[in-house]
Amino acid sequence: MSKRELLLGAEVIAQAAIDEGLSGVYAYPGTPSTEITEYIQQSEEARSGIIRAAWSVNEKTAYESALGMSYAGKRSMVCMKHVGLNVAADAFMNSAITGIKGGMVVVVADDPSMHSSQNEQDTRYYSRFAQLPLLEPSNQQEAYDCVRYAFPFSEKMGLPVMLRITTRLSHSRSTIIRRKPGLPNPLLPDNDRSKWILLPANARRQYQHLLDLQPALTEASEKSPYNKVQEGEGELGIIAFGLAYNYVMEVITRFKLQLPVLKLSHYPLPEQMVRTFTSQYKRILVAEEGYPIYEELFKGFFGNSIFSGRLDGTLPRTGELTPDALIKALHPSAAQAGPPVPSLVAARPPELCQGCGHRDLYDALNEAMDAYTSRHVFADIGCYTLGALPPYNAINTCVDMGASVTMAKGAADAGLQPAVAVIGDSTFTHSGMTGLLDAVNDQSAVTIIISDNFTTAMTGGQDSGATGRIAAICAGLGVEHHHIRTLVPLRKNHDTNVTVLKEELEYKGVSVIIACRECVQTARRKKQQSL
Amino acid sequence: MTTNIILAGVGGQGILTIAAIIDQAAMRQGLYIKQAEVHGMSQRGGAVQSHLRISDKEIFSDLISLGSADIIISLEPMEALRYLPWLAPTGIVITATKPFINIPDYPETEFLLQSIQSTAPTCHFIDADQIAREAGSPKSENVVMTGAASRYINISNEQLRESISRLFEQKGETITAINLKAFELGNNAITNYKN
Repeated sequence: MSKRELLLGAEVIAQAAIDEGLSGVYAYPGTPSTEITEYIQQSEEARSGIIRAAWSVNEKTAYESALGMSYAGKRSMVCMKHVGLNVAADAFMNSAITGIKGGMVVVVADDPSMHSSQNEQDTRYYSRFAQLPLLEPSNQQEAYDCVRYAFPFSEKMGLPVMLRITTRLSHSRSTIIRRKPGLPNPLLPDNDRSKWILLPANARRQYQHLLDLQPALTEASEKSPYNKVQEGEGELGIIAFGLAYNYVMEVITRFKLQLPVLKLSHYPLPEQMVRTFTSQYKRILVAEEGYPIYEELFKGFFGNSIFSGRLDGTLPRTGELTPDALIKALHPSAAQAGPPVPSLVAARPPELCQGCGHRDLYDALNEAMDAYTSRHVFADIGCYTLGALPPYNAINTCVDMGASVTMAKGAADAGLQPAVAVIGDSTFTHSGMTGLLDAVNDQSAVTIIISDNFTTAMTGGQDSGATGRIAAICAGLGVEHHHIRTLVPLRKNHDTNVTVLKEELEYKGVSVIIACRECVQTARRKKQQSL
Repeated sequence: MTTNIILAGVGGQGILTIAAIIDQAAMRQGLYIKQAEVHGMSQRGGAVQSHLRISDKEIFSDLISLGSADIIISLEPMEALRYLPWLAPTGIVITATKPFINIPDYPETEFLLQSIQSTAPTCHFIDADQIAREAGSPKSENVVMTGAASRYINISNEQLRESISRLFEQKGETITAINLKAFELGNNAITNYKN
């Protein structure tokens, strides 16, 4: 077991959960969290049925399933990207009130700098909100150790334990050393109904219980192997959270600085540790990978000038931290970039793949929309968001999973015509179906285009929730049969497709157009595998 | 000693294969590795890069700081220029010369190569496409570039060849042989280079 293994940060988390006796992982794909579940799916344990690992329809269903597995006494993990926790937030907040039985770890992967996201919200706010413990590993080995620690800790405290990572840790490879694996829990359901039935009387008692647990959680943080002080000298102390510790250490070791560092990776904060450390220095640099949550708290409402960080510009206010940001803050004389990028270098943004069905769909849609002076297309989260870029310039919005359908509905209610939504098959099953039911119930004049490529393409081709059943779902929700149209987005069908789109754009009720064509990437992979 | 390498290219060109070859060889040599890569949206025909760091001591940052890359290996000339701010004063740029044109305002290749030559302290231009064809498959371009860079990355060629054999094992003997040849030809391309 002392052999080093080379793994992606996300894979490390997966392997640690497997080694800690995991019985089920639940997730909806989302960058930068997808590879955790994919790794488990490919494991011997999942393929032999010891671990349940198929994709869930969305983060809320995933979260509740993980909670149900924990109720039954087994160890479960739920994984999502940061905005996925917004979708799962109802279940999440209330699971802090019920508590858990089998160890439950909630892995949330934040995406500061928005490499592949609409915002850079910081999951650590959610842990404060729910008053749940959170671990924020600084490197791959610590990620392994934290996950192994988190399951028994979750059982000891009777609470879900959060693990927060960011893109840089999730998508960076390093070598780790594994420890001897443990065994799964037996099936042992929780019989304590007063804990799980959140009627007001129970909920009040359970909430008090959560509050009463807080000192024990803080105590665990004080003793945590993941919070530590590194001695140094001088008037400046550094408080480095999670991944920020790496950048601080990079600068300290590279330039042989003797700066004292308090490394924090286990929340709620160890109050005594923070107080003792802070009291020794005249100035404190607070380095957080994410929002300046603790910098703001340390400063307090009236402001305490000893703290600097992202709020006062010592570190950048937005985006992920970099070693360069820390060099600038700690050893500015050493900051030296190489030659500038020559002006002839052109931007190369991502694009829809050559041969992708979304391309032919947008070509047809653009032509159909030419008939209208008011051109508003509500799009959604997926590869087809790239229809925003030239040469298509085909869409007007992209907000959150499923918003295309409901925003088109709201705009139609306001009188906007035509009101068009473009949504992928996986996004539709994630959060579009309920909005379509709203539109049907309200008889809104919307044209919902489901660009169905039979997969969750943008995250790398995971199974989609209802491949082959999209039309049946729309019919089941009450869309009239003759306004559920199917087309194949291919160049040779362009004229026919434009005609179908034009007909439905003119219809003053709910119509659904399903544009069916397999993702070129998944088709290519299937072909390679069959060779 | 730490070696900082930036791998550059366009999504789909195979920079992660280069990374895997070097990573696994470094691991077998008992070195520490950190390799940050790009997943998700920018994979689709966009500019992609990977920061690869190898050292005999513990590595903290997953990212290379500005002005500290020892080598930029690029599968395409314009992408080599995009990461110049990371290049160390003594850094080396090794780039494939064939452009990957998927944008309307792509500059003249000649200007790109001139620009690299005038800014990088040391540079190597590799006709990786042609060499890969000689090796037996244009798809082996990334392995040609690994061969070309091999003498700068402080890892034995034996270990790099071992990585290639292991990585392509599943694809059969022919493909493995093509890639091993691509590595050798790439390596020769630099050895024969007159600066």
